[in-house]
Amino acid sequence: MSRVTITINGKAETRDVEDRTLLVQFIREHVGLTGTHVGCDTTQCGACTVHLDGRAVKSCTVLAVAADGSQVMTIEGLADGATLHPMQQAFHEHHGLQCGYCTPGMIMASVDMVRRHDGELDEHTVRHELEGNICRCTGYHNIVKAVLDAAGKHRAAKNVAPVEAAE
Amino acid sequence: MYATTYHKPKTLSEAVELFEGSEDASYLSGGHTLIPTLKSRLAAPQHLIDVRNIPDLASSIEVTADKIIIGSATRHHIVAASKEIQAVVPALSGLAGSIGDVQVRHMGTIGGSTANNDPAADYPSAVLSLDAIVHTDRRSIPAEEYFQGLYTTALEPGEILVRVEFNIPEIAGYAKFRNPASRYSMAAAFVSKHRDGHIRVAITGAGNEGVFRWTEAEERLTESLTAEALEGLTIDPSRMMGDMHAPADYRAHLVAVMTRRAVQNLGGTHIL
Repeated sequence: MSRVTITINGKAETRDVEDRTLLVQFIREHVGLTGTHVGCDTTQCGACTVHLDGRAVKSCTVLAVAADGSQVMTIEGLADGATLHPMQQAFHEHHGLQCGYCTPGMIMASVDMVRRHDGELDEHTVRHELEGNICRCTGYHNIVKAVLDAAGKHRAAKNVAPVEAAE
Repeated sequence: MYATTYHKPKTLSEAVELFEGSEDASYLSGGHTLIPTLKSRLAAPQHLIDVRNIPDLASSIEVTADKIIIGSATRHHIVAASKEIQAVVPALSGLAGSIGDVQVRHMGTIGGSTANNDPAADYPSAVLSLDAIVHTDRRSIPAEEYFQGLYTTALEPGEILVRVEFNIPEIAGYAKFRNPASRYSMAAAFVSKHRDGHIRVAITGAGNEGVFRWTEAEERLTESLTAEALEGLTIDPSRMMGDMHAPADYRAHLVAVMTRRAVQNLGGTHIL
């Protein structure tokens, strides 16, 4: 047993957990944030994807105790009150989900992708970098459209900002 | 997974002491081979000793005129993105960038991959092909003595891999054929021409004893570093793994194809 403190979506969460507790179990069962999903046994599906210290990782393959002292962002941390994150909005508008099970992981992986590429993404790169996330419902093409749309909005926001600052 | 006790030592000696003081311990690095193994109960060490906090292993890349030295705890995405490595051995940074997927590359480490010697892992082919030296907490092991069979290396119980030192070749290429479902390598070839002219062809994903040098291919490529020089060269299927992902004769075929593709893609990678 270890006392583990992880800051999740900006809030420090301290729990006493068995050392074998996975980060996804800490998030879901100990803290009660069930937006992060467990979809496989083999570290393949990516439904458990969260951001750990700013990077997309599969939380089913990280020990909570190993993440002691870290910052984690989950799907619950993306929206700003009632305002959806641009990636969530894009998934909504482009019907990038059906059953929704893979969706939190897809969105967290996609937000990480847009950040790493600073919005400069093409279809080939999006498909390649979503290889860690599996979807059984959609056939991926609406997911890809959603990510490209959000990437475009990210680029547009970059270009707009200097003009606003001048005003 | 079964219950276990986690430790995060701050020094090499503390880590080794913990290991030697435990009945059943494993070192933990990125965890993206070990934790799935524990989750499926294929192993159940009573103690997990996380080595990522130890300064000697720290994430680091040093490129000199002749060598690339990478700290054990360096994650795959760091090696993949390294402009210094891309400038001298793009096949190595490309190899790192082809491991698993984005999320896996954010956690997995070169030390873990090299210490584990999974027969489908990518790094062992680069370590063998680039005549690397594996530096541990107690000695330095040349690649040709390091790999000893499936999941088996020269590391003694408790020995910790600290750094991998690669020789910079004149040119190198890496070609890999991944199982379309699991994305694990079914055959991959790392071909290097070293500065003194010697050729190394290291095959991973396919051999039934893990990573190996295909010496017949090396001889052919010494005559001429071209795909044509390999024409007609086949590898004995009895040396190959046969399993549900691919039978041995198919792997033997893939090995020959991937070796040709590596030669056709010297200075980079060819990842299928």
